[in-house]
Amino acid sequence: MNELSLFIQAAAHPDECAARIQNQGKKIIGYLCSYTPEEIIHAAGAHPVRLFGTGETILNADRHLQSYCCSLARGVLENAVSGRLDFLDGAVFPHTCDTIQRLSDIWRLNTDFGFFADVVLPVKFDTESARDYLREVLEKFKEELERWLNITITDQSLGRSFEIYNTIRKKLTELYELKSENPELISGRDLAAVVKGTMIMERDSLPDHLGRLIAEIKSGLYTRSDTGKKKRLILSGSICDHPDFYELLEKSGGIVVGDDLCTGERFFEGEIEQTGSPMKAISRRYAERTICPAKHVSERARGEALIKKVKDRNAQGVIFLFVKFCDPHAFDYPYIKEMLEKESIPGIMIEVEDQLPPEGQLKTRFETFIHML
Amino acid sequence: MAESPKIKMDEKMKEIMTGYYIEAKTASETGKKVAWITSGGPVEPLIAMDVIPVYPENHGAMIGASKMGGDLCERAEAMGYSGDLCSYARSDIASAVIEGGPIGGLPKPDMLVACNNICGTVMKWYEVLARFYNVPLFIFDTPMCHTEYREESKRYVKRQVLEYIAFLETVCKKKFDYDVMAEVGRRSIQAQQLWQAVLDTAMARPSPMTAFDGFYHLALIVTLRGTQIAVEYYKDLLKEMEERVSRGTGAVPNEKYRLMWDNLPIWYRLKWLSRKFAAHNACLVADTYNTAWCRSLRYIHSEDFLDSMAEGYTRMYLNIGIDQMADTIIEMVQKYKADGLVMHSNRSCKPYSFGQFDIARMVRERAGIPCLMIESHMVDERSFSESQTETRIDAFMEMISSTPH
Ligand code: SF4
Ligand code: SF4
Ligand code: SF4
Repeated sequence: MNELSLFIQAAAHPDECAARIQNQGKKIIGYLCSYTPEEIIHAAGAHPVRLFGTGETILNADRHLQSYCCSLARGVLENAVSGRLDFLDGAVFPHTCDTIQRLSDIWRLNTDFGFFADVVLPVKFDTESARDYLREVLEKFKEELERWLNITITDQSLGRSFEIYNTIRKKLTELYELKSENPELISGRDLAAVVKGTMIMERDSLPDHLGRLIAEIKSGLYTRSDTGKKKRLILSGSICDHPDFYELLEKSGGIVVGDDLCTGERFFEGEIEQTGSPMKAISRRYAERTICPAKHVSERARGEALIKKVKDRNAQGVIFLFVKFCDPHAFDYPYIKEMLEKESIPGIMIEVEDQLPPEGQLKTRFETFIHML
Repeated sequence: MAESPKIKMDEKMKEIMTGYYIEAKTASETGKKVAWITSGGPVEPLIAMDVIPVYPENHGAMIGASKMGGDLCERAEAMGYSGDLCSYARSDIASAVIEGGPIGGLPKPDMLVACNNICGTVMKWYEVLARFYNVPLFIFDTPMCHTEYREESKRYVKRQVLEYIAFLETVCKKKFDYDVMAEVGRRSIQAQQLWQAVLDTAMARPSPMTAFDGFYHLALIVTLRGTQIAVEYYKDLLKEMEERVSRGTGAVPNEKYRLMWDNLPIWYRLKWLSRKFAAHNACLVADTYNTAWCRSLRYIHSEDFLDSMAEGYTRMYLNIGIDQMADTIIEMVQKYKADGLVMHSNRSCKPYSFGQFDIARMVRERAGIPCLMIESHMVDERSFSESQTETRIDAFMEMISSTPH
């Protein structure tokens, strides 16, 4: 079996993958947001797994969340209360958007997975008091894990986790660079599966898997034949858990050469420094990485970062991929769009729920947009 | 059906609010600074600095009440703002850009103060404003207290109180006067106590006021708490309500059923709803919105206002877990002897609305009263279905009236 198929399998069946890891005696902790301090969970000897929306019909979550709640929160809750997440030993909720705050309450009152923690992060990272508070919150989270598992999380074990995560992140960055330089080396669909896989698979062996995968990619194992000239695009939004999206886009003549997603670069960007206090090191990465719209560093940070990315990657346009009812992203859209326009960078916005819009409709929109570039 | 008696203080309120907005709109001539601040934000330091606080949310309520919300929201959508966003934010942003709305837009701010103890929306909304007006923004971050007010949050919020004062000193170019602050703090507490006392008169049977009356008279506790005007106003309002109680005058003639309201008002349908319930002899005697402005009384003290305000503002009604929200509602059901709970499932306000199903279940189980859910966008009248709401209210009232009391 080649390396890629490992990732594809994990991405397609996270529950099976998590259950296997659980059988090896590890506690599984679910999370929804890229501000989850995974490194601490890993250092505790537990295993962090990112949770995604559901492909199933919403039945049980309707008793807790209105129809105007985003499909991610509704989907994850549906899975949780319908017994589809029974592999979990716990879950953690970092402070992000209003929806997740309430999902956390509903989860705490209606599920019983064992461990539960709110990590009430600051909403801004641009002041010293906020960064100090962030450090203290992470420290508290660490203590909660220690109490639950009856262990001590040492600085050594944290250092080891940082090392592993740094390597994983570096390798993912390298993969993205490869893709940006030679888009035909791996399809968008497969690359997305790799990133998703790293949120699910056992972390200790990931550096090796990724290393071999990169070698395979470079050797041309996954090179695509449909190498017709494609327009280079950046994808911006919260999550993209739609493999078909990439395929359809490529069929329509576009190719994603970088993203501003929290299931993409925002998730793996930045390294953790190995010097000084570990919690301070994690918080520094949060403060420096490209910000999510539910957090604040300045009024235009996201727009500036996106324009820089478009230029760095030599991209010709931006696709905004939004989850319907997602407030933080919807608020930023008009200003970022305007900033792009000033730079003559075209963009389109596509709103999705659990399912993508019908294929024909999406394809027409892609094609019209790509033609214009 | 007999008409509800008019509250005499209505006129006074109109007068005060008109004067307040005139003062705010002429601030540039009088040399006063204007700050836009969120409704749950720490306004007292602004009053102490002689800055005029302006509330976009109060503006949103006015827009809604004057039924201009639909149009302004549509304009915001044309600017690219999704129709699923909070309709306060949408209508206010549009009115800022086109200088429209019932008062031709709010006076331009010299600074912005966003406190996220009510939602994350306000941070995004105020970022929009900061870009538009190009003025400094202070984010007062109050970590959510899902189950408790933690030590580290306490330290963080207290540090921000000092940063806030430093921010004001910079923008206003003058020193902060702690003696004035103490006085403002005392007045704020006094106004909140009076407001609570006003709401408490609704314990009487019949109740002298409805929650809908409260939504109107709430304006000063939101807008002018910390000033003597608010204190005097609520003293008079309290007197009027107490007189009603002693005379046995009810806000709803023939009050038979007592209900509680949850969530923000449906501003463009206040009168309609209030008539609708009154026609069923039902009085909305209490709600979670009006009381949100006296909730911090249990945490703040006039001896150390600035310090205790950190806790008061952090433990706001919307900044706590839904189980604590349910506890609060159940206490109120008992206190005001409510027979049912009307929940406004407000598409505009996710932090207030998500969790309502669970809260309703807890209220049903623990307080033994039925709950009704009606859906809208609070100032975007395009989203409201009158016939559907009417049918649901009628069915609910029928159920209430058929259960023995
Ligand atoms: S968009 Fe922000 S809140 Fe949502 S998952 Fe990403 S990082 Fe978390
Ligand atoms: S998609 Fe948006 S609204 Fe939904 S959980 Fe993520 S940030 Fe929140
Ligand atoms: S989201 Fe809710 S709390 Fe926030 S501004 Fe809108 S109505 Fe107010």
